[in-house]
Amino acid sequence: MVVRENYENKLQELKDKIIEMNRLTVSSFEKAFTAFKTQDIELALKVIEEDTAIDNLEAEINQFVVWLMVKEQPVARDLRGIIGALKISSDIERIADFAVNIAKSTIKIGNPQSLLSMTNIEQMKELSIMMLQKAVQAFLDENMVLAKEVAGLDDQVDEYYGETYKRITSYLSEHPEETNQLVQLLFINRYLERTADHITNIAESAAYLIKGRIYDLNP
Amino acid sequence: MGTTVIERKDGVRKSQMKQQSGGTKINVKDLDLFYGDKQALYKVALDIHEKEVTALIGPSGCGKSTFLRSLNRMNDLIDGVKITGDIMIDNENIYETNDVIKLRTKVGMVFQKPNLFPMSIYDNVAYGPRMQGIKSKKELNEIVEESLRGAAIWDEVKDRLKTSALGLSGGQQQRVCIARAIAMKPEIILMDEPTSALDPISTLKVEELIANMKKDYTIVIVTHNMQQAARVSDKTAFFLNGEIIEYDETNNIFSMPKDQRTEDYVTGRFG
Repeated sequence: MVVRENYENKLQELKDKIIEMNRLTVSSFEKAFTAFKTQDIELALKVIEEDTAIDNLEAEINQFVVWLMVKEQPVARDLRGIIGALKISSDIERIADFAVNIAKSTIKIGNPQSLLSMTNIEQMKELSIMMLQKAVQAFLDENMVLAKEVAGLDDQVDEYYGETYKRITSYLSEHPEETNQLVQLLFINRYLERTADHITNIAESAAYLIKGRIYDLNP
Repeated sequence: MGTTVIERKDGVRKSQMKQQSGGTKINVKDLDLFYGDKQALYKVALDIHEKEVTALIGPSGCGKSTFLRSLNRMNDLIDGVKITGDIMIDNENIYETNDVIKLRTKVGMVFQKPNLFPMSIYDNVAYGPRMQGIKSKKELNEIVEESLRGAAIWDEVKDRLKTSALGLSGGQQQRVCIARAIAMKPEIILMDEPTSALDPISTLKVEELIANMKKDYTIVIVTHNMQQAARVSDKTAFFLNGEIIEYDETNNIFSMPKDQRTEDYVTGRFG
């Protein structure tokens, strides 16, 4: 048995980059939310600024994958793995952009505390971070059970999204003077729903790596 | 000579393959092959489809070339070979015929290294047809041109047909070998690592040629180049220790093989 040590090392390097990108994105999400809840504009600006590091990591992963393709001409599981890494890096980058969007909304919204209680935004954020950790872990450990769990959690986020949307729009009709803040809340509600969809894509990439066929976990 | 056929479970895993347009051309069942006491093939079973390219892959000594050579009875030339089982071509058992010449006319072969005769390009290609008794100059001219065109080398050699074939580059010689095989109007062409001695550009030309030849011939190719198998073939059979481990659409073999041993081989983890 020849173990392709060099190639295995390269794959690990690729996985490490995904882990790092994921770590930065979770941190960006947490910061964006803290900024949002405490109206910390400086922290919000920091989230926007730090997104560059995540963008750079995505570009790095793209380049890394291109070189792996050229040099190693991977097939089968190896190929599915690096195609997965490529797609996942793109999804994580998009998720980090939603954290940036939340930071931008924070700057525009003013103090949202009084309105927050009618939304499920806090729970959606907690769920999203849990989903992201599970989806990336499903890919790294080739764990199909985790990938499927992500799909279940996405349904929950969708429900929260629907409820929050209804509550905000009905409140809006009675309180037109708060339109600006409410619209920003609607945006954030939407960002979180989209975040969960991208996380589900990551779980689908993990499922493709594991099973070798396309799963639609987000029908 | 040890002739006991060792019964081994046929571990071939096949998935549902696409319906064939041309149907089965070669049907192999229960093929055991021994070199003296040493068994080289174990209960090989394979359906090779008409006008498709079938690639045989596997590590050195796995039996793929032995299998290829048994398809036109080239192994008959080796002392101490014993073969049991059936190889049917167009529903005829090739080991039950005495007319091996006819078989090899129908089943042509191209080898690893170009093996042209030390004669002109023209005479190389016309050699087979002449042996078959064709004497008409016009007819031979037609066969030579048609064959060289079929092997995508006509334009490169049409002005030097009477010069020595050995003056051509390796890649050109290999294509003349293919032309020489085509000149016999075979139905099946066996290729034993046809590009392993060629440079990358010549390799690509031969691969292009194989893709074009598919419309007229059934091609079986042994290759050590995994990317080549992926590029040129419709079906791939993975051999290991004289057995077929997996036989499937080439796409499946290289994207999601079912057997771990196939996965390990195509991803370069052993072999």
